[in-house]
Amino acid sequence: MDSSTTAAESRAVEVSRVTKRYAVKTAVDDLSFGVNHGEIFGIIGPNGAGKTTSIRMLMNIIAPDSGTVSVFGEKLSERTKSRLGYLPEERGLYKKQRVIDSIIYLASLKGVDRRTATARADKLLAKVGLQEARGKKIEELSKGMSQLIQFIVTILHEPELIVLDEPFSGLDPVNTELLKDMIHDLRSQGRAIMLSTHQMSQVEELCDRVLMVNRGKAVLYGDLTQIKSRYRGNSVLVDTEGSLAGVPGVTQSVRRKEGIELKLADGTRPQDVFGWLAAQGIAVNRFEITTPSLNEIFISLAGRKSSDE
Amino acid sequence: MNKTLTIMTNEFLKTIRRISFIILTLALPLLGFASVGIYNLISLTGGGGDTTPSTEITAVGYVDNSGHFNDYHTQGNIVFELFNGEDAARQALLAGEISQYLVIPPDFIESGVIARYTTNKELEPPSYLFTALHGFTTTNLLGGAVPDEVIARILSSSGLATIQLDPNTGEPSEDQSSYINFIVPAIFSIFLVMALVFTSSYLLSSLGEEKENRVLEILVSSVSTRQLLAGKVLGMGAVGLLQVLVWIVSLVALIPLASSSFGGFLSGLQVPPYFWVLGVVYFILGYLVFAVLSAAVASISSSLQEASSISSIYTVMAVSPMWFVSMMLLHPDNPLWVALSIFPFTAPTMVLMRLGLTGVPGWQIAVSLTVLAASVAGGLVLASKLLRAYMLSYGKRPGLRQIWRSLRNS
Repeated sequence: MDSSTTAAESRAVEVSRVTKRYAVKTAVDDLSFGVNHGEIFGIIGPNGAGKTTSIRMLMNIIAPDSGTVSVFGEKLSERTKSRLGYLPEERGLYKKQRVIDSIIYLASLKGVDRRTATARADKLLAKVGLQEARGKKIEELSKGMSQLIQFIVTILHEPELIVLDEPFSGLDPVNTELLKDMIHDLRSQGRAIMLSTHQMSQVEELCDRVLMVNRGKAVLYGDLTQIKSRYRGNSVLVDTEGSLAGVPGVTQSVRRKEGIELKLADGTRPQDVFGWLAAQGIAVNRFEITTPSLNEIFISLAGRKSSDE
Repeated sequence: MNKTLTIMTNEFLKTIRRISFIILTLALPLLGFASVGIYNLISLTGGGGDTTPSTEITAVGYVDNSGHFNDYHTQGNIVFELFNGEDAARQALLAGEISQYLVIPPDFIESGVIARYTTNKELEPPSYLFTALHGFTTTNLLGGAVPDEVIARILSSSGLATIQLDPNTGEPSEDQSSYINFIVPAIFSIFLVMALVFTSSYLLSSLGEEKENRVLEILVSSVSTRQLLAGKVLGMGAVGLLQVLVWIVSLVALIPLASSSFGGFLSGLQVPPYFWVLGVVYFILGYLVFAVLSAAVASISSSLQEASSISSIYTVMAVSPMWFVSMMLLHPDNPLWVALSIFPFTAPTMVLMRLGLTGVPGWQIAVSLTVLAASVAGGLVLASKLLRAYMLSYGKRPGLRQIWRSLRNS
């Protein structure tokens, strides 16, 4: 980590009760969250939930109507701007400019000298397999390639906070995996990473903590493991070649791709079912306590919100 | 400040490498050099309009029927060769011994007309022949009768030194410039207008492209909108200055190559030093005021094309003072000229032109410069607010009411 990170900067980002209203709708409504150093934080929610507006307020591109945003313990300033990297949702680079010139110019605005920028750019281009694109014009590249170039621009100055708005959209599976690996590497270097996506499966794979937003409001916030544990239903997934008929304490059994989900009655514990199966001598290939996906949690929460309204 | 400097350098280098910039900057000097070259080429190869005497001795025959022309045969490079009759002169001409011959009639003193015979086709006799003939006739008619210095005075044209008197004191005015000195402010104004139009359009296209390419959001994550605009405006200003510098240097290089009469005309110009100082100051402030306006227009426009069409409205204002040159000469004290000298979009051209034509009172220059400087500062704040408000707006251009609301809220 950079020596400029002080003890006072307990969090990389602190957003407190921000609201942004437009003529016909409230894009962000009383939203609060924080991003810690050395974690991957995800903002998730469907399209139009207010993710990009929240990020733009964080980046001081849009001013909030109320609430406060602090980055590294202070209001975003020219000094702190050099300590963060931003990949906006609207991708864009100088189409007529050569890849290397674009990278060097944008890095120079973050305070990186030409020599260092060139060396780092060559290293990163090699890492993403785009050395040959170095001297090409941006307009000659595919959408996915220019997106990787933009990611390089975002991280080249080695920022302490990296903000990625929908980083995987438009990428093929190979490049998506490449990007995920690089994001993991950045976290292991102690950098704070905040990303937004509408693909909940990506978040489950990457993030330590999440903020789930719907219609501008926070519906869920916290540690991903704890959230999943909190929303865990009382059911188990069993994969067996034997019969599961007559298992005591089971109210319903549902066939799934991975096996059969047994919904347990109140007072029945998973270990009771496992004990019964063992006692019956039924060979079990897989036995796990089912946890809902983020998507299922979102649907249940969004449904509850709608019914509350 | 460092980031502003980085943006400025990038804009400067990017623009001067553009093909359109190179063509526009070099086209004017190349056109000038080509014109002078063609003119000189025609002059050297001769033809009816040859006005420069050859360095070789030219023999011109003459038949004197008046009896006054027996001496002073050599006049510069022309040698007047006497023939006893027209037949002899004609034969010498056809044999190529003389270039032409003249027949001076017996009543030359009364008529003043001499017949000239030549084998060349020409629109009019060459001017150097007139000069030589004037010397030949004058010296022959007056030689011996009046002193040589009197003849020399008659042959030399008389000079006219005009001294302007201050209408209030009756003393010679400090500013002795004349209408002829309008040429320098006029050239400067034309350069100013051209540089304003070109560099403003570069700024417009630079910002418009960044908006179209969606780069602005990345840029403002590194710099403030004010730094971004200041860097661009200064970068393009440096481009404009470079352009004008190329034109001025070309003009200076072109003068010695141009005809001696034009060179002499220019050397007679008296341009007071304060004009150069004011010229540079008005150029810089004038450019800045147009640049920040271009930045504001680019901020609210949804496309480069739309921005360009809006910009044509205010670039016309920069040119407009040139329409009133003859009116300014006829009515130099009209209050309209004062108003146009203070209005920031017409001030640079108007003041420079008035300086050459009629002069501008000090207080008007002071007010004009203050208004320009204030417009630049206010314009930069306005443009950066508009850029911040509309950099993410790619759809329909906002109306005036919406723009006003955005400015109040920002």
